[in-house]
Amino acid sequence: MLAYVVRSIMQGLIVMLAVAFIAFSMFRFVGDPVVNMLGQEATLQDRAELTERLGLNDPVPLQFGRFLMNAVQFDFGISYRQGRKVSSLIAERLPATVELAVLSAIFALVIGIGLGVFAAIRRDSWLAHVVMTVSLIGVSLPTFLIGIGLIYIFAVELRWLPSFGRGETVKIGWWSTGLLTTSGLKSLIMPVVTLGFLQLTLIMRLVRSEMLEVMRSDFVRFARARGVSERNIEFRHALRNTMIPVITIAGLQLGGVIAFAIVTETVFQWPGLGALFVNAVQFVDIPVMSAYLFFVAAVFVLTSLMVDMIYLALDPRLKSGPGAK
Amino acid sequence: MKPMKTLAVVGTLLAATFLTTISSEARTLRWARSGDALTLDPHGQNEGPTTALGQHIYEALTERDHTGKLGPSLATSWGVVPGDPTTWEFKIRPDVRFHNGATLTADDVVFSYERAMQPTSDFKGYLSSVESVTKVDNLTVRIKTKGPNPLLVNSTTSIYIMNKAWAEANNATKAQDFKSKEENFAVRNAMGTGPFTLVSREADVRTVMRRNEAYWAKSSVPLEVSELVFVPIKADATRVAALLSGEVDFVQDVPVQDIERLKGAPNMRITSGAENRTIFFGMDVASADLKGDNVQGKNPFADKRVRQAMNMAINRTAIQRIVMRGESVPTGVIMPPFVNGWTKELDAAPPTDVARARALLAEAGYPQGFSTTLHCPNDRYVNDEGICQAAVGMFGQIGIRVNLVSQSKSIHFTLIQKNPPETEFFLVGWGVPTYDSDYIFSFMYHSRQGSRGSWNATGYADKDVDAMIQSLSQEIDIPKRDATIAKLWAKLKDETIYLPIHHQALSYAMKSNLDIPVDVANSPKLKMVSFKGS
Repeated sequence: MLAYVVRSIMQGLIVMLAVAFIAFSMFRFVGDPVVNMLGQEATLQDRAELTERLGLNDPVPLQFGRFLMNAVQFDFGISYRQGRKVSSLIAERLPATVELAVLSAIFALVIGIGLGVFAAIRRDSWLAHVVMTVSLIGVSLPTFLIGIGLIYIFAVELRWLPSFGRGETVKIGWWSTGLLTTSGLKSLIMPVVTLGFLQLTLIMRLVRSEMLEVMRSDFVRFARARGVSERNIEFRHALRNTMIPVITIAGLQLGGVIAFAIVTETVFQWPGLGALFVNAVQFVDIPVMSAYLFFVAAVFVLTSLMVDMIYLALDPRLKSGPGAK
Repeated sequence: MKPMKTLAVVGTLLAATFLTTISSEARTLRWARSGDALTLDPHGQNEGPTTALGQHIYEALTERDHTGKLGPSLATSWGVVPGDPTTWEFKIRPDVRFHNGATLTADDVVFSYERAMQPTSDFKGYLSSVESVTKVDNLTVRIKTKGPNPLLVNSTTSIYIMNKAWAEANNATKAQDFKSKEENFAVRNAMGTGPFTLVSREADVRTVMRRNEAYWAKSSVPLEVSELVFVPIKADATRVAALLSGEVDFVQDVPVQDIERLKGAPNMRITSGAENRTIFFGMDVASADLKGDNVQGKNPFADKRVRQAMNMAINRTAIQRIVMRGESVPTGVIMPPFVNGWTKELDAAPPTDVARARALLAEAGYPQGFSTTLHCPNDRYVNDEGICQAAVGMFGQIGIRVNLVSQSKSIHFTLIQKNPPETEFFLVGWGVPTYDSDYIFSFMYHSRQGSRGSWNATGYADKDVDAMIQSLSQEIDIPKRDATIAKLWAKLKDETIYLPIHHQALSYAMKSNLDIPVDVANSPKLKMVSFKGS
């Protein structure tokens, strides 16, 4: 058991190192930060001096080594774009992204499972057909189109919801939350729906097909034969057996949602990590880009570690390592 | 019970009247554009959105209005000291107060200039001719230049004045050093004399400012905005939607494709005008052979006839009409119309003449044309990539087959700035913050030497031209200087080192109770806003 956990962590660390190094060697293709950092009046000499001061002339492995040395001390340097500490920038942006990602995951899970169950149980009703058709749109429409469509309907035409930003936020320690104010909650609705829509349709389709599968299985038939009520079969037996693969998929996707909320954040001017990263790429803000990619790698490693742990809890065979009985 | 109720009603009514009187006074202006200021540090980043936000909190000795006309600000008068052409004297406006109540003195001015001249400042380029800045008395400052500099006052519009004591108390006597591990206090805090005081700043989210009730020019500017909220909204569609839904009042960076639609929307106003920026192509006119072409042992761009042919091939009105949807002013010179030295004759572009262009190419020895590579940015100017695509087709008509490479600005400008440049044919846009031709000559036409020619990626180097350009920064006899400028332009326009396309136009969109004119520097001055009707 312990060996299993240690092995997972070691693998995770190697993945993070590899991601960081690949990212680092890519930066030279993104452009030259000095172009953006100096005004147009800068002389060739000014540019050369700044490049030298920032250590951009050093070979990539040396720059990478320096980055790692600082990264283990949680020092990611000063943002070229904003002149602020990268670690505090990330800490400042993290709550926005986490709130958005967690809420959209919950939204996708609750609605997705609900609709999936409905579409499985009443598979021939016209409503189920409508739901299935709409879910196809969800799978095929790009996120930014959904976002812009929602903005047009609910912000411009109906004026119910704000079109951008987080609204008012409340600080709890260093964490800023939009969950405690009306404008904060209203601001969350459209980004959450936009970000969660694809997951929702995926989960719904998964639940439906799993459920249909389970409903055909022997134990459901036996339960029916015993006279267990249909409702009991559907929700106590069938749904529970459906959940195992659903939780795995949803868990894995949460990492992806946190890491890649970029499009949604850009469309809604959501001040999260994704928007921070997009701006950093355009400016060639190397300290922010490297810290962000490092962070994303960490999120993925952590979520897959957690999924491994859940497997461990679900599947007793993994607990006894190889060799044991 | 009844009297109580009446009292309550009267009370509510009273409160309501009271509130309405206040609300007619308290007016918020919510201002959106695509990018946020990078920093609040007045000398940290010489970048459009940064200085456009900064000017509401900080002020300089002089300022330009929205048409580009220079006028007094924190200085009341200035001039070259009689008998000493290398020294300028500025009289500082008395009784100006910083937002913390401190009175503006010569010490603050000297401090700010010295701060702007330090290595970590991004404004040192404006002051490269300055040798020293000294205080004469509490309200007089002298700036000594290394040689006579007749245009020094033009640079003073860009150097914001900050409170010396505040900077010292907060350890912000230098602009942000990107190598340091700590954030500079001035990045998120500010202490200026401007029409608005900083209330809060969340980078990339919002910056809130409140009217400076003690503003020195309160009697001469409207200053009707009591609260100014600046929000960056990156996505074009969202920015326009925020205006349509009434969440913001004033939008810069209006996408050209939305202008018509916004004009048709109720309660909206669009203002348009030329920006201080000209868009043009440049090419390597000096190398013996080009790497990116199919001509061996020769550089077609080195032949003036080829350049003239290409200049004739560009259909500027088509680019204006189709690519820019009318939002540009075609031109024949790489100089915006507000700049000293501009004339109508220079601005005239050669008419599009494909037949004559082909004949010129044949005369130059390229009857079949040739192929080359054009580098273009795709995120810097209005529809920059579209301009290049259109031009590629137009060059194709005269047999010049152009391979287009469009990339992000941070890659594109590196190609131009590298020494030697890594592009042989490129698009660039140029604004002139000093409003004088010298700025264009120095950066675009002077050979790459010392502080000059840093944007001249064409390799063009002419000793006579260089000498004339250098003389401009020393000549204090204005008519004589203007004559040199005219002479230079006549020669350079004939040389066709660059192929001018157009002056970029700007549009602002706002609620119809506002009327904010387009600012030529794209730096709207919101202290000038007055609300109409409603």
